[in-house]
Amino acid sequence: MSVASLAAVLLTAVLGAEPASVAPVQPFESPADRTPAGKIDELVFARLKKLGLQPSPLCSDAVFVRRVYLDVIGTLPTAAEAREFLLDRNPVKRRLLIDRLLQRDELADYWAMKWSDLLRIKAEFPINLWPNAAQAYYHWIRTSIRENKPFDRFARELLTSSGINFRIPPVNFYRAIQSRQPTAIAQSVALALMGTRAEKWPQERLAGMSVFFTKIGYKSTTEWKEEIVFFDPNVTSPKDPVKNAGKKVVTDAAKTHVALPAATPPAKPIFPDGTTARIPPDRDPREVFADWLIDAKNPWFARNIVNRTWCWLNGRGIIHEPDDIRPDNPPSNPELLAYLEHELVASHYDLKQINRLILNSKTYQLSSLARGSRPEAETNFAFYPLRRMDAEVLIDAICQVTGTTEKYSSAIPEPYTFLPEGHRSIALPDGSITSPFLETFGRPPRDTGLESERNNRVTASQRLHILNSTHIQRKLEQSPRIQEMLTLGQKSRPLIESLYLTILSRFPTEDEAKIALRYTEAGKKARREAVIDLAWALINSAEFMYRH
Amino acid sequence: MDNESTANNSLFSRREAACRILAGTAGLVIGSQFGLSGLAAEQTHSPKAKAKAVIQIWMWGGPSHLDTFDPKPAAGYDYCGPLDKPIDTNVKGIRISALLPNLAKQADKYSIIQSMTHGISAHETASYVAQTGRMPGDRQVYPTTGAVVSLFRGYDAGYKGLIPPYIVLTEPQGRFSEAGFLGIRYKPFATGGDPAQNRFVVEGIVAQGITDQRQKFRRELLEELNTLKHAAPNNPQLANLQESEKQAYDLILGDAGKVFDLTQEKDELRDRYGRNKFGQSCLLARRLVERGVPYITINYPGWDTHKENFQVMRRKLPELDKGMSSLLQDLADHGLLASTIVWWGGEFGRTPKVQWEAPWNGGRNHWGKVFSAVVAGGGFKGGQIVGASNAKGEEVKERAVYPCDVIRSMYELLGIDTEARLPHPLGLVARITPSASDGVPSGGRLKEIM
Repeated sequence: MSVASLAAVLLTAVLGAEPASVAPVQPFESPADRTPAGKIDELVFARLKKLGLQPSPLCSDAVFVRRVYLDVIGTLPTAAEAREFLLDRNPVKRRLLIDRLLQRDELADYWAMKWSDLLRIKAEFPINLWPNAAQAYYHWIRTSIRENKPFDRFARELLTSSGINFRIPPVNFYRAIQSRQPTAIAQSVALALMGTRAEKWPQERLAGMSVFFTKIGYKSTTEWKEEIVFFDPNVTSPKDPVKNAGKKVVTDAAKTHVALPAATPPAKPIFPDGTTARIPPDRDPREVFADWLIDAKNPWFARNIVNRTWCWLNGRGIIHEPDDIRPDNPPSNPELLAYLEHELVASHYDLKQINRLILNSKTYQLSSLARGSRPEAETNFAFYPLRRMDAEVLIDAICQVTGTTEKYSSAIPEPYTFLPEGHRSIALPDGSITSPFLETFGRPPRDTGLESERNNRVTASQRLHILNSTHIQRKLEQSPRIQEMLTLGQKSRPLIESLYLTILSRFPTEDEAKIALRYTEAGKKARREAVIDLAWALINSAEFMYRH
Repeated sequence: MDNESTANNSLFSRREAACRILAGTAGLVIGSQFGLSGLAAEQTHSPKAKAKAVIQIWMWGGPSHLDTFDPKPAAGYDYCGPLDKPIDTNVKGIRISALLPNLAKQADKYSIIQSMTHGISAHETASYVAQTGRMPGDRQVYPTTGAVVSLFRGYDAGYKGLIPPYIVLTEPQGRFSEAGFLGIRYKPFATGGDPAQNRFVVEGIVAQGITDQRQKFRRELLEELNTLKHAAPNNPQLANLQESEKQAYDLILGDAGKVFDLTQEKDELRDRYGRNKFGQSCLLARRLVERGVPYITINYPGWDTHKENFQVMRRKLPELDKGMSSLLQDLADHGLLASTIVWWGGEFGRTPKVQWEAPWNGGRNHWGKVFSAVVAGGGFKGGQIVGASNAKGEEVKERAVYPCDVIRSMYELLGIDTEARLPHPLGLVARITPSASDGVPSGGRLKEIM
């Protein structure tokens, strides 16, 4: 070793490079090596090395099975699924599980839920889509996801469709916005499909983009609340009918954007990259815009969706927040982002393929136990960040482990809409259909389409609810699943194992099994009561409530 | 998305952190989150503040103005149906529904606004407008008055109670996201349960059938089996979870939750309020105000009387009358009325002309053109009528009052700067009350009764 390189090594040591990672922590980590499994790992690990950071160890199979189910299909593995995976000795079982999950129907439910957040699918205030339209729009999105429709086609259909909104569902894109002014539409397009907040743009750029959305006509039909959205070359001044109101006073108010000075659209449509578009009068300007947007050379389009996908799986965007892409908010790992963009285009906009790439990386499979405390570790993906389960996923998980169901209803149309019991929360088609639990646990109101509307920070009301509410209490007391375990007459040890597999998707450790045994057999409590307390404790553990 | 700030935890004392956590912030400085430091501090001590708390009686569904506080006996049977004989109150010249005899004895305590208007006849939109003072369609969803008061009078402004600062009795309204762009931290805590039951089960705070002993066992078991928590002792998310858990247990096992124990009140007083959900909610609201809770909404459903309006009025108005009149009297007896605003109203009024035909059978539809609201206490004068509707109660006759006028007046009495900026997630300029340039119509503050 040369003197210079020796000095470099010493310097690194002195300047506080993180210590070599400690032994894997049971039962959450695995001793498997972290040799890069592909380009993603090469880019992430290289970056970490440059920063003097060590990635955490890989997660254990138990953590992986739970994590990948929750992230890909928004659903807990059943006890049987978890057991089967854990006992499987196939060395490529993680890859095989990823492939199986990417085929599951719940994937369409879960991803449609995310898209319905971003596109604001909500029958009532402030979006006012109306139930029929919300249902039609939701099912179109869900079907597109189930068929793995190439993302460029999905976006183009969203932007360019014309027709009756109950029958041509993507036209509802132009109805699911709080305002129908061209600037408001442009802002919504920029947010959803370019991952950027046009509120922060120079005013001319927003104005230039708005022109593409000045020729949209809206016409009601004889059917109650049905509406036609179409290319209308004769629209001269944009009108802004506020749905449901129709009173003069409201229309006047609605013409004013509170925080944004209303921009006067110039005559010329200008793409956000500054080039001017030429549009023949008989051409729908939305098509011209869509073709510009989804062009493989357009930097915005692929970046937005791969960055969001990364964020959904890894808890944090390469550009963060994922819908705040702008020059002064740079990616933490530009090469990684560029690689994913390239892969998306090369795969013909196949989002499942991008998910598959990320899920199979060791980066995604790192443990959630951070080593050291430098903030760069989080921004550069040195570990998988802990986050509380989404409201919908959490209540579905609680229902699944207890074998109970929930009631969901909407106050419109009168008389109220009630969903059949057993409907899963991740599959709710309309943001107006809800429950007190979802409201308490931060389900997005679908007002704006911002990712930050989903707030998974734990509040005291949430903590009270899971610890001590009659709602959760009743689910435990009346749980058919726990009842079944009790009546099977299992001995305590296998019963504890079943509870662990059902609730935490893993076997208990020896220590845990001992504690649980002592509790259930202490004799101070009835056995049933003790088992319910045990289930209660596992549901209230950090391991259950958080993706980890 | 989780944008948890991890750096700020050490900046707070435990007590401070604890208070913040109850509101769900986990040591996150509101000012730094929104780039508005000092916002709360400016607001804490206002020498002009007369009111310390608001009790909002939310008439979910939209109550008939003609059958309550704006009777029109001269309009005839097609407008009044059988309720055509309003009664005198203890204030000369003010008459209200004959089904509100106890409130009639207290008209000196409240003022009636008979010229409320916004022109909207859809529940959700009207609920939004009535409680935010805003108009829809500007791509923003503003917070309700309760969320705003919980921002300016809650934990950020030095509120120390364990009981959350914005309570709804008993169910959330569910019409829109009440916290708007302020986010979940400012949502009301809904108690659930029924305070008229022998044992009032407050969701999360008072559980049924779990003894304190069993709570203790469970808590120990959870601590022992919380393996991930022990493996990640420095994780800021889990530290937040742990803190909120401690606070939750303080409420579950401690004395603060006793505020919900209505058996501490005399039977005679409980009877006077009415032994029903609404009546006992009114009593509970008084107890919460006594403990310093700044905003309580009593969500009172059942006023969407499309069908058989008059049967519903005969059944429900006596309940309203007992509960609300006892609340006013009781607040006054406790010396709290002068510092507590009572605000009664719904999202709109109801069609003045009765629909006699089937299937409505004497029903009233939605009516946003004119309706009534009632305010009392906290600096509002009593015994006054503000504005007027026309002869049949169909339109504003004089002095239009918009929801933003009522809300602005309440903020003023609470000592909250009516020009204050609200923290906005995108950093946009958003004021707590609309101005003329926002295009929201206004009739001006309620100077007649302030």
